[in-house]
Amino acid sequence: MAETRTVARTGVRRTPTTYVLRFVVAAYLFLLVAWPVSLVVVHTFEDGFTSLEGILSDPDVVTALWLTVRVAVIAVVINTVFGVGMSLLLVRQEFPGKRLLSALIDLPLSVSPIVVGLALVLVYGGRNGWLGPTLESAGFRVIFSTPGIVMATAFVALPLVIREVVPVLHEIGTEQEQAARSLGASSAQTFRRITLPAIKWAVVYGVVLSLARSLGEFGAVKVVSGNVLGQTRTATLVVEEKYLNFDQQGAYATAFLLAMVSVACIVIVAIIRPKEERR
Amino acid sequence: MSIEISGVSKSFGDFDALRDVDLTIPSGGLTALLGPSGGGKSTLLRIIAGLETADAGRVLIEGRDATELPAQKRNVGFVFQHYAAFKHMTVAKNVAFGLEIRKRPKDEIRRKVAELLELVHLDQFAHRLPAQLSGGQRQRMALARALAIEPSVLLLDEPFGALDAKVRKELRDWLRRLHDEVHVTTVFVTHDQEEALEVADEIVVINQGRIEQVGTPDQLYDAPANDFVMGFLGDVTRLGGRPIRPHDIEVHTTPVGEDPAEVHAGEVARLTRVGFEVRLLVLTVEGEETQVVLTRAEARAAGIDVGSRVWLRPHRGATTVSAVRAV
Repeated sequence: MAETRTVARTGVRRTPTTYVLRFVVAAYLFLLVAWPVSLVVVHTFEDGFTSLEGILSDPDVVTALWLTVRVAVIAVVINTVFGVGMSLLLVRQEFPGKRLLSALIDLPLSVSPIVVGLALVLVYGGRNGWLGPTLESAGFRVIFSTPGIVMATAFVALPLVIREVVPVLHEIGTEQEQAARSLGASSAQTFRRITLPAIKWAVVYGVVLSLARSLGEFGAVKVVSGNVLGQTRTATLVVEEKYLNFDQQGAYATAFLLAMVSVACIVIVAIIRPKEERR
Repeated sequence: MSIEISGVSKSFGDFDALRDVDLTIPSGGLTALLGPSGGGKSTLLRIIAGLETADAGRVLIEGRDATELPAQKRNVGFVFQHYAAFKHMTVAKNVAFGLEIRKRPKDEIRRKVAELLELVHLDQFAHRLPAQLSGGQRQRMALARALAIEPSVLLLDEPFGALDAKVRKELRDWLRRLHDEVHVTTVFVTHDQEEALEVADEIVVINQGRIEQVGTPDQLYDAPANDFVMGFLGDVTRLGGRPIRPHDIEVHTTPVGEDPAEVHAGEVARLTRVGFEVRLLVLTVEGEETQVVLTRAEARAAGIDVGSRVWLRPHRGATTVSAVRAV
């Protein structure tokens, strides 16, 4: 009975292949994602809440967590504003070099974060950087300071908002915007009242992905931050530090907190995102 | 004169969409821009609306030079083929959009929206989303939205093109009646000659970026300026080397006429019955293939069948191309 109902609903006949494929997918996800991550949770709570309490009462860890949150939020704000603007530019405007720019935007995804960090040092490094000494003499420190960490984080998460928004802009087309213009709306009004509501969920999704990515950034930040305890050490650096110093409980607990925030973001959005409306 | 277009040209890359077009559209009328796809009629409409800029030429709307004005300052109502409904807004909000942009008082907006929704028979759908409406209803909503701003001209780009045949016909009649009520200068683009002939006061035939003829439906149908217009407005065949409509040919089964130059003898090569019509393909002795349309009764009365010998003669008052073709 249940079998026939499923067939009728999905229109797909279940064959042995179906079950084999399902098993392969489930095993793959379990071995690669679910099991390792669940072990982090298990290790964190091995002694109940003691390890969590331990790291939350360590002022250096708390400082690092707050730094991570602050950096992530700033980087996400920058990437959101910039990302929506770039998406509009890429979809709605024609200009020479557009395809090059589009390809360049994907660069942060393909380049190792370590390279990003080193590149930033080359430009903004206080002693030998291309622009760094000038900025430093003006009293603005980039590398080994919060601005550098923000830049590195923004760099690695740069394409995420754009890659979410661009396809949606393509899909909604320009007719609604043209209709708004012909009804008397200025470009700003058209953007706020027509375009933004239409790309709202793409932006939210891009923000969540960026936030998750920003919270977890390690390589680029490690190079540019200088890893100064209590000042430029971020949460991911704390995890590494604790792990290398045989404080596994602390490392797992911090990792758990980081993972939880990212998972929570994605789960919340998945719940509140409305079911896709299709015409 | 409501819209004056002079010397407008537009090209997309190496494709000339419009070539030096001059056109005057009278106030208060319902004008159709008619032509084959890719002929430039939509481009002309979009240039009037300011959604496209002309490479050369000027556009005057109600005596005011609008050439440099952006779309939002032209006070033009525009209706798109695919409705361009604001998907995240209710029907009432869609209609209110232009008024809200103009910062009209709230109760005025509410009154006006109610009035317009009644005009387009959507009053009970005010709180629905566009996705919950049928295509015809969405297009009526788009029309109410465009009318809300009390536009100087109302422009419709293939407004019924995306609808099925039955709804299209309904909306066509309805647009005609609406226009008789509202009297706003209206220009609509269509490639459907029947739609243009039935609805418009005036038809502008556009082909390959040029205006072929401007006139009332009767003028165009009865006295087409050239072969293209004649061919585009209805079926055309040839008799004695001249274009003629298949239903403008008399069929006789005996030699007739005092002027033998007018009569062409031939033999029925094919006969097709479609509904109330009988379509003949006649092979004349001059070697011409001429199509003729008769009613079933006529064909039966004359006893015409494949192989019958017939004499063809143009009806008196048959449509012919009027003007000598300009060189």
